[in-house]
Amino acid sequence: MVDKPLITEELMAKIGMEGKPREYEVERGMIKRFAQAIDDQNPLWQDEEYARKSKYGNIIAPPTFIAAIGFEQFMEETLALASFTTILHGKTELECYQPIRPKEIITVTTKITDIRQRQGKAGKVVFITFATTYKNQKQELVAKCQQMVIGY
Amino acid sequence: MKLTAMSKQLYYEDVATGSEISPLTKQPTTRQLVMWAGVSGDYNPIHYDKDFALDRGLPGVIVQGQLIGCFLGQLMTDWIGEQGILRKLSCSYKGMNFPGEALICKGKVNKKYIKDSQHYVECSLWVENPKGEKTVSGRAIVILPSSG
Repeated sequence: MVDKPLITEELMAKIGMEGKPREYEVERGMIKRFAQAIDDQNPLWQDEEYARKSKYGNIIAPPTFIAAIGFEQFMEETLALASFTTILHGKTELECYQPIRPKEIITVTTKITDIRQRQGKAGKVVFITFATTYKNQKQELVAKCQQMVIGY
Repeated sequence: MKLTAMSKQLYYEDVATGSEISPLTKQPTTRQLVMWAGVSGDYNPIHYDKDFALDRGLPGVIVQGQLIGCFLGQLMTDWIGEQGILRKLSCSYKGMNFPGEALICKGKVNKKYIKDSQHYVECSLWVENPKGEKTVSGRAIVILPSSG
């Protein structure tokens, strides 16, 4: 039996190409909901009165907040060019240069850096690596994130 | 929800190579998995639909790797305090985790050094499930204030 290809040539052709930049406005409510979702009760993320007296002068987002910005749209676009039954996260590597603050406008740009296919016991497995940069409205680099997802 | 005040500030001088980071235990529920799906935009049903997960050959719904990555992020931000900066965090997801299981996030200091007058500490991190298996491993680089 020949395995059906799991990814299209169109997806393979995207390796090394930068995707269209997307803008996201960070809202205070998003940061609070994020902190609640990860159950992190650090007052810097949620308590405005506390945060005002901190060195940041306002609430900031937890460093891991960044990886959630734009992830959904990128995965949607990528999965449209693949036919995976299951997709799992393999690796995440986050570099943070500045804390994310409410009302910032973050521009997210993602590039697929590598796609590898391997023959596993139960069929083909595809490893997709992508690198994302996040800039604020002043065009300052706030973070970089490299991720690898596994599809089969 | 009760917000806890930050613990005492950690300084570069307080940290010794080989020392352990105070562990953080998280016990994600399926409800938390759904909340994470909502904030992250990762709507893969293997994280909240048991029938779907079983159909995909999984033993049940599984915890999102990225959520556990955030637990390791919290392990570090709790440890470094308000004045500390988490510069780098990497996580490698090796095994599956299931809701209801207590996940213990742990870490150890590998190295400390001063570069361009910043005080860096490098740590290795991991997550243990109730069987003691390391299902996630990671690394972090933080910048700490100096008391000197």
